[in-house]
Amino acid sequence: MLATALSDLWYGFGVALEPQNLMWCFVGVLVGNMVGVLPGMGPLATISVLLPLTFGIKPVGAILMLSGVFYGAQYGGAICSILLNLPCHPPHAVTCLDGFPLTKQGRGGAALGITVISSFVGASWGITEMIFLAPVLVRVALQFGPAEICSLMLLGLLAGSTLARGSPLKGIAMTLVGLLLGIVGTDIETGAPRFTFGITSLFDGIELVGLALGLFGIAEFMKSVNQYSDINTRYSKVGIRDLRPSRDEFRRAIPAMLRGTIIGSLCSLIPGTGPTIASFISYAAEKKISKTPEKFGTGMIEGVACPEASTHSSVQGDFIPTMSLGIPGDAVMALILGALMIQGIIPGPQLIKEHPDIFWGLIASFWIGNIILVILNVPLIGLWVKLLMIPYKYLYPSALFFVSIGVYSTNNDMFQVGETVLVGLAGYLLMLLDFHPASILLGFVLGPRLEENFRRSMLISRGDALVFLERPISAFFLFLCAVLILAQIYVRLRKPKAIVAAIPSLDAIGPEKLASGQEAV
Amino acid sequence: MQNLLQKKDFYAGLLMVLLGAGVTLNSTTYNLGTLMHMGPGMFPFMLGILMTFIGILIFISGLMTPLEDGERILPQSMEWRGWICILAGPLMFILFGEFFGMVAATFMCVFVAALGDRTATLKGSAILAAGITIIGAFLFSYVLKVPFPLFRWSF
Repeated sequence: MLATALSDLWYGFGVALEPQNLMWCFVGVLVGNMVGVLPGMGPLATISVLLPLTFGIKPVGAILMLSGVFYGAQYGGAICSILLNLPCHPPHAVTCLDGFPLTKQGRGGAALGITVISSFVGASWGITEMIFLAPVLVRVALQFGPAEICSLMLLGLLAGSTLARGSPLKGIAMTLVGLLLGIVGTDIETGAPRFTFGITSLFDGIELVGLALGLFGIAEFMKSVNQYSDINTRYSKVGIRDLRPSRDEFRRAIPAMLRGTIIGSLCSLIPGTGPTIASFISYAAEKKISKTPEKFGTGMIEGVACPEASTHSSVQGDFIPTMSLGIPGDAVMALILGALMIQGIIPGPQLIKEHPDIFWGLIASFWIGNIILVILNVPLIGLWVKLLMIPYKYLYPSALFFVSIGVYSTNNDMFQVGETVLVGLAGYLLMLLDFHPASILLGFVLGPRLEENFRRSMLISRGDALVFLERPISAFFLFLCAVLILAQIYVRLRKPKAIVAAIPSLDAIGPEKLASGQEAV
Repeated sequence: MQNLLQKKDFYAGLLMVLLGAGVTLNSTTYNLGTLMHMGPGMFPFMLGILMTFIGILIFISGLMTPLEDGERILPQSMEWRGWICILAGPLMFILFGEFFGMVAATFMCVFVAALGDRTATLKGSAILAAGITIIGAFLFSYVLKVPFPLFRWSF
């Protein structure tokens, strides 16, 4: 098994090192790193803007680039958290707690250095996990019929929507909205137009790019406009020399790094618990086992190393269910899956066999990309720090142009720009009601396949809905769904406060700090 | 009752119930088919019912939990200027793009959107818009060759 894995990996490096692919990987991580640094821009919006540009390039290059944006942004997000105390990228929100005090003590450079090392360690572990785990998952998944796929998708959707931030009920509601949006357009089996309201542009369905840019572009801008005051960069003068951590810091960070890596990789195995949850859990765990828990929050290097390693190990691990089963765990993975489908590639267990260049090339590119990122971050740290100073008021109007032209260029159709504006407005209204629109994307991408497999399995079973319980693997997935729901109800009814208190709440450090963080500096 | 009208879950639940009911009713206009041979209406019909049910649950959970401190439907500050400008930006892009081409569309989109910031000035926004127009025209027209004329005059 090791030998085949190594030879496959060797083949993957061959694909990823082709000049074209190497270039796309480089572009991806560079853009990702850049937008990760910019406060108020996230990987979701960036991947959606870049998505139409990938239509013209080969699938391998497209996927390498879009994935590069995602993990590249994680490197940049940490810089933003540590130097500015701005938790604008959720996975790095906990890094603020100890990273910014370190910056105030003049050790911000060392914290960044440790972050780069932790990220690389975490990512490498995540990639290794993918190499060995994905083929095993595929072997199991190849036995699945439509009923099993259906139940597995249900489990993925349920986990993705209830384990993420916010109320589980509202998460499910958003997934349903996404599934419904996925229905709009012509029914594949009968050719009947559904929910198109007679508009011809809707016959092909709602465009993924338009939906994503409405939700994560326009709606997000509406939320953030005038919310960022001038950024204080008093502490953020960091050069290459400052990046080197002291021997003591290094010695303390290594075990924390390894613990974070393990926690992150465990989290990535549960669909729906992406990097954000992984980093919060690992911070709480690190604080718990520390001999000096009271010192956390005052600049402990462990409090930087552990969550960062865990974020990166879970970011890479997130790709496992996405690439091997075709079930995305969160909105970013849904977008990448969407990008594959636009290229005409059907995601699922057959992907590794039919498109080994994509799968193994992607894995190899993770390593290459992470090395590029380490190399980029060390000498360019001064440039990234300068980027931090771009005010939001210049950023969002420029981004709006990229949103408009990005949506237009998918089909050269102005109608879709209008559609995106409407989606953005609706998304903002939903956010005001505490809905998190990320689940919409999950439902939207999986919707058509869920419906297709559902109809097919009902046809095979001659209309008997019990088929989902009679087939053992499918019944097992449904059992897990039930456990998931019951566990959520149990947790909520028992002691909601205790669990919330154990893990530093995202919302507690999120919006208030955005508004008041600058004064606190 | 006064409290209820302040709760987010009240409106959130109501919205989902209305949406779910609307979808359920609308999907009956398509062919439902049988469980074995499902028509185009069956899947949305099921989703609509499920959505209505989830909406009711959100509504009930809103009734059962007390009003949180500082919970309010509207955001802390009403950013009418920002909101209108952000929505108007892409609309300008559509309008000017249809009639005058990419250069005008880009300039107006960025210019109008930039005015949404409370500290924005006409001059500053115009400079930003001009800069983005040059970059955008180069990138999308020259490098990426998006079929969108830089200038046109079509009425």
